[in-house]
Amino acid sequence: MRELLTLRVNGLEVEAAVPPHFTLVETLRYVLGLTGTKQGCDKGDCGACTVLLDGVPVLSCILPVQEAVDHEVTTVEGLVGRGTAPGEPHPLQRAFDECGAAQCGFCTPGILMSAVALLERNPRPSRQEIAAALSGNLCRCTGYTKIYEAVERAAARLREDAS
Amino acid sequence: MSCPDVPVHPTLPPLGALKVIGQRLPKVDGLAKCTGRAKYADDLALPAMLHGKILRSPHPHARIRAIDTSAAEALPGVVAVITGRDLPVPYGIIPWTRDEYALAVDKVRYIGDAVAAVAAVDEDTALEALDNIRVDYELLEPIFDPEEALRRTDVQIHEPRKPGQNGNVTKEVRLAFGDVDAGLAAADVVVEGEYYFEGTTHAPIEPHCALAVWEAEADGGGRLTVWSSTQVPHYLHRELARVLGLDPARIRVVQPPVGGGFGGKSEPFDLEFCVAALAMRTGRPVKILYTREEVFYAHRGRHPYRMHYRVGARRDGTLTAVDAHIVLDGGAYASFGLVTTYYAGQLLPPPYRIPAYRFHSTRVYTNKPACGPKRGHGSVQPRFAFEVTLDKLAERLGIDPIELRRRNFLGAYTRTVNELRITSNGFLACLDAVERASDWKQKFRRLPYGRGVGVAGSCYISGTNYPIYPNSMPQAAVQILLDRSGRATVFTGASDIGQGSDSVVAYVVAEELGLPLPHIRVVAADTDLVPVDLGAYSSRETFMVGNACLQAARTLRCRVQDAVAAAWEVDPAEVLLRDGQARWVRDPQRAMPIAEAFQLAEAHFGTLAATGTYDTPKDIHGAYRGGTIGASPAYSFTAHVAEVEVDPETGFVEVKTLWIAHDCGRALNPTLVEGQMEGSAYMGFAEAIFEEHIFKDAEHGRAGLHHGPSLLDYRLPTSLDTPELVSLIVESVDPEGPYGAKEAGEGPLHPSIPAIANAIYDAVGVRIDRLPFSPPRVWRAIQERRARGAG
Repeated sequence: MRELLTLRVNGLEVEAAVPPHFTLVETLRYVLGLTGTKQGCDKGDCGACTVLLDGVPVLSCILPVQEAVDHEVTTVEGLVGRGTAPGEPHPLQRAFDECGAAQCGFCTPGILMSAVALLERNPRPSRQEIAAALSGNLCRCTGYTKIYEAVERAAARLREDAS
Repeated sequence: MSCPDVPVHPTLPPLGALKVIGQRLPKVDGLAKCTGRAKYADDLALPAMLHGKILRSPHPHARIRAIDTSAAEALPGVVAVITGRDLPVPYGIIPWTRDEYALAVDKVRYIGDAVAAVAAVDEDTALEALDNIRVDYELLEPIFDPEEALRRTDVQIHEPRKPGQNGNVTKEVRLAFGDVDAGLAAADVVVEGEYYFEGTTHAPIEPHCALAVWEAEADGGGRLTVWSSTQVPHYLHRELARVLGLDPARIRVVQPPVGGGFGGKSEPFDLEFCVAALAMRTGRPVKILYTREEVFYAHRGRHPYRMHYRVGARRDGTLTAVDAHIVLDGGAYASFGLVTTYYAGQLLPPPYRIPAYRFHSTRVYTNKPACGPKRGHGSVQPRFAFEVTLDKLAERLGIDPIELRRRNFLGAYTRTVNELRITSNGFLACLDAVERASDWKQKFRRLPYGRGVGVAGSCYISGTNYPIYPNSMPQAAVQILLDRSGRATVFTGASDIGQGSDSVVAYVVAEELGLPLPHIRVVAADTDLVPVDLGAYSSRETFMVGNACLQAARTLRCRVQDAVAAAWEVDPAEVLLRDGQARWVRDPQRAMPIAEAFQLAEAHFGTLAATGTYDTPKDIHGAYRGGTIGASPAYSFTAHVAEVEVDPETGFVEVKTLWIAHDCGRALNPTLVEGQMEGSAYMGFAEAIFEEHIFKDAEHGRAGLHHGPSLLDYRLPTSLDTPELVSLIVESVDPEGPYGAKEAGEGPLHPSIPAIANAIYDAVGVRIDRLPFSPPRVWRAIQERRARGAG
């Protein structure tokens, strides 16, 4: 038995037929084919599934998909072109690439979503503020240092672009 | 026109001549990972795909009397159910200790052991099917304590391999080098201590996942393709063939991008055999994704070690002898345990000159998830015990602990007491770097109570000298194809698990052929397409695959240079391939696009393809039994200083900063090397302060049940917990590494733990010889010290 929902994902309205117990991450990954969002624990512990709901980071693995209806969902795929030219990665995505902030890359989409939410509300975060904003996202590869450097680099670029 | 033979270890180009190597370049797969384009195993789906689930034992030790799958099979939507009887061939990563089955055949040996597997139309139906499988168990007494497993012969977790042996022992190693008793007798000081290292697990953020498809062939047989989040596609390929009884030529293993391994995906697992068998049974694609809980039970993480050390030194601090006794708690299966048992002793001597050394290590089975290789396989635990012992020695002798380590420096181009051949050795430079960066002289024994610094050193292998199964084929191979469009495609078996091996081969090709990175394609880790590589373990990829790639790239460079030189009527050695062009060094105006140069070469030589191989030198270890284990073509060296703040009222240890100096030979890409150093140091810090992979006993719940198999209960440090990490790269330029490179992925984990332990002592005067350094343990030690009136 599936339920037909209308969702707004990355600026597009989409219909999804989902089993009623599905979470948002299951819907994104297994129904809509948006596999950029990752699932690491399926119970809200690791943050790999972080997406934006109306610009606010949420854990899509513990969000029943029905609760995303009538909200704007943004995934890592939707960061491409967000404030940049169509097809152009977001400055955070470029900075993560340049700084070696993605090793295995599995936590990266979730971290990027937490980071973009941070920079959209605080364009000049201190390292401590970055650490706090990312504290719900576990990274097992980097020790976080390169991630901080990447967020700082992207923040500087975004400030330059804004000025 | 002729191309000379290209040596395996070509002469090192002068530093200034390198254009790509040493640069902070992005990874070839970096943007794909940052934009969500990279497809990991669970991102793959095939039409008509079924979902598999595995039934696991709720008992730590039991005989299986019978399994009734009929009710499960009768459920609508269930397509197949298999049990151990369907896959009765034992497997194991080490050919001498094959003691596991894809699904338990007659016995289960830990809570979580796989018993049956189902394939169904969706995950919900598969889960419901598991609930409908009836297993009749005869409960057996479990053993959880390794010392008890050693003593007990009435309870045998495995059948003894030979009559009269204890079936609870995987491996026992006794090795002695030099006269240890005389060394200890001649010592002015002997420090003796007992250490305990709690087990830890890898916890990659990606859970294990595998997907298989079986396609019928015209000859009546078929072809199996398995995509898996493995670090070792080649070993998986071999074991699939064994267990399934299939010709390996009919099996293709593909490793998609892997979301973290750290050693936790470096052997075959039940899910890979199950998806393959279920796909063959059903004729439909089958996928299994572990739950996070299953990842914890699959484990293969760091062994708990009980260690006893006696270390002797003269008054001037020079070591006279080391005597070690180690018991390894292996859990239910052998895994890499045979090697671990050797590594527990073999990797200790460098970076120090130890004139006499003896170790006795024994790995035993217990009814817990199997332990295996975790980053710094086998040698992280002894390094903790030994570096803390050195700190105690330094204090007893009144010598600065950095100075004590300098005085015992092994040297470069030498052999250790256990006959490991050492080439480049930048350990002294590492000690200097951390001493300077941490402001050690102003801090050691000078900080106020509650704050302290500690130092530790270590060494690690750049690949093992021998493959896991004996053979005389090359250790690594790479194939490169040049296209007349000016593009190179590199075919490599190397497993990129985030460390960047795909990028390393691309950098080598970019350097040698003067190509921009976007003109280099990397095809990796697909057994149908690439030459065999042994996988991402023992820090072997950069050294071995890098060397193989360098050889192939130089062969092709030479052909291109020859062809261009012939057209220009100049000396081939004067043709430079740089920045997407071929140029004459005498007149840079004389240039052509690289695509044109490739076309000239193709016209001369035919299709431009070359292979390169690497094999280890064979005379670099002792001739004694076990002498090959621990032998490596090159060793990395590391030193850390940790600065901590300890709250004496709570026992809470805050690690403020870790200074990490690592001799990686040459940093092919400093950003990636730092990433390995920081990630390693973080992981060691996590084991020191937070993590323990522990199980309930009968008094506290169900015996053998994991204490907290989730990423919340198993405490991974968050960004707020992790200290400042300062990377200090040391380049000793190894004569045999590609451009001088050695490993960086595992060595820099080792000193974190003892450096933190030694810093805690500097801060509050207590020795915590047992991991982790958790608040209750530290608090109790401080209380005991106060009770003794010491502070």
